[in-house]
Amino acid sequence: MHFNPRSAFAIYQREMSRAFRTAFQSILSPVLTTSLYFVVFGSVIGARMEPVGGVPYGAFIIPGLLMLTLLGETTSNASFGIYMPRFTGTIYELLSAPVGVAETLAGFVGAAATKGLILAAIILATARLFVDYEIAHPLLAMVYIMLVASSFALFGFVLGIWADSFEKLGIIPMLILTPLTFLGGTFYSIRDLPQPWDAIALANPIAFLVSGLRYAFYGVSDVPIAVSLGLTLGFLAVCTIIIAVIFRTGWRLRE
Amino acid sequence: MSEPILSIRGLTKTYRGGTRALDAVDLDIHAGEIFALLGPNGAGKTTLIGAVCGLVRPSGGTITAFGHDLARDWRRARARIGLVPQELATDMFETVWRAVAYSQGLFGKPYDPARLEEILKGLSLWDKKDAQIRALSGGMKRRVLIAKALAHEPELLFLDEPTAGVDVELRKGMWDQIAALKQRGVTIILTTHYIEEAELMADRVGIIEGGRIRMVDEKRAMMERLGTTEAVIDLAAPLGEIPPALAGFALELSQAGTRLTYRGGNGEGRGRAEVAQLAQALTRAGIAFTSLDIHDSSLEDIFVGLLGKQAQEAA
Repeated sequence: MHFNPRSAFAIYQREMSRAFRTAFQSILSPVLTTSLYFVVFGSVIGARMEPVGGVPYGAFIIPGLLMLTLLGETTSNASFGIYMPRFTGTIYELLSAPVGVAETLAGFVGAAATKGLILAAIILATARLFVDYEIAHPLLAMVYIMLVASSFALFGFVLGIWADSFEKLGIIPMLILTPLTFLGGTFYSIRDLPQPWDAIALANPIAFLVSGLRYAFYGVSDVPIAVSLGLTLGFLAVCTIIIAVIFRTGWRLRE
Repeated sequence: MSEPILSIRGLTKTYRGGTRALDAVDLDIHAGEIFALLGPNGAGKTTLIGAVCGLVRPSGGTITAFGHDLARDWRRARARIGLVPQELATDMFETVWRAVAYSQGLFGKPYDPARLEEILKGLSLWDKKDAQIRALSGGMKRRVLIAKALAHEPELLFLDEPTAGVDVELRKGMWDQIAALKQRGVTIILTTHYIEEAELMADRVGIIEGGRIRMVDEKRAMMERLGTTEAVIDLAAPLGEIPPALAGFALELSQAGTRLTYRGGNGEGRGRAEVAQLAQALTRAGIAFTSLDIHDSSLEDIFVGLLGKQAQEAA
């Protein structure tokens, strides 16, 4: 398989440059939103809540809030990253270059993973201002964040190719990802839900992601970490295959 | 003639909805030439360029560039091809330098600031290298697109309407830049609405219409073959008919016998020579004239005439 690292790095650099150019939207805006969550749920309400699974409530919600921001931002960023060149016509350069799906994904997804890590670091630093926490498995947390960021960057990439209007671009993150994250155990443990809601909640794939990150943070989870990791890897594989098919057929890319 | 660096055979493109944009196009492009592709709007020029550059998926036919089949070995072929699109499509918030450096990297070339500097200076963009592209004039934006297309040092460059919307002075500057690229050995395929541009720059001309290549020839040969001279002679006194002394000339009498119009010759001066002989014949025959206006047909006249003729045939 051909792979030109220079092409991949050029795409990576450009995506990173775009993120820093729109730092307010990419970084400051989610930090502000997350800070408000911590103020309200972490400090004010959290101080009156019982610990969940032995974790103080303020700290308990950190992985969920991090996941909420990470999924939304990574998906939106990646979808805009490919939709805007399609919309403005600048995609001609990518399509006419000796660049295949491997370089394109390495550039876009690598940048998304980097941005995900930066975003997570900023959110965690912000959280530190409001609540105390210790990360039980920092390496696992880092790998998991990168994995989730990569998966949802791929998902965003598919979304950006599928969308033929700005409205469609916003529908999935706003109407599907955000509600699923809220209902996926961000603010509570799924185990604490009454039957049959605990079983129904597990039909929500985001619940597995939140649970996986919570395990990396505190060693407690609603579902085994292996299941969360497997699901994330499976999602990553499905998105990669879809994008490979899109590149092969030229669907919505080449006329 | 040398082996073509680009060879297109039976290229067909039918869009969803049934529009046939390209219909069995055959075309060879040779190293070092400037080839002008002329055609009315919707003729298939941009689709043809798109098919070679990877923007359009052909419905049939083959494209071979530098000996590589574009369907299979597209990486090697594309690395040697550059494209300046018709639309001013670039990231308007990026600086000129970063936009051009991105193109260099995207095409797999190592970062080469000296080469970027050379390109930007050559296109009079050096002073603007740190400016955001959105702050530049239309002509400068177009030059940025050329700079981006040159960043990976292509051997074959497509210029899709490179001077569209550019003022006359800047257009001439671009012609100089295109000529300089040719000097450096870059093969250029350009589409243009300014036929004057093709006439001035092209070595060969192709006329495309309705997705079909109607004619491909060397510009000189085309003008020689299809060019004509028209001479309008206003007479001092009206004639009832064309006198026998002028019977050997292709003449038409109009304006109540006060105007003789000659149409004939070729694009290589035969018509002008015949007009000189006609003037002498008029003098010998004692026919006085008050004015003589000669006009050689341009490539545009040939182009318009050719398309008009085909439209008539189609009707």
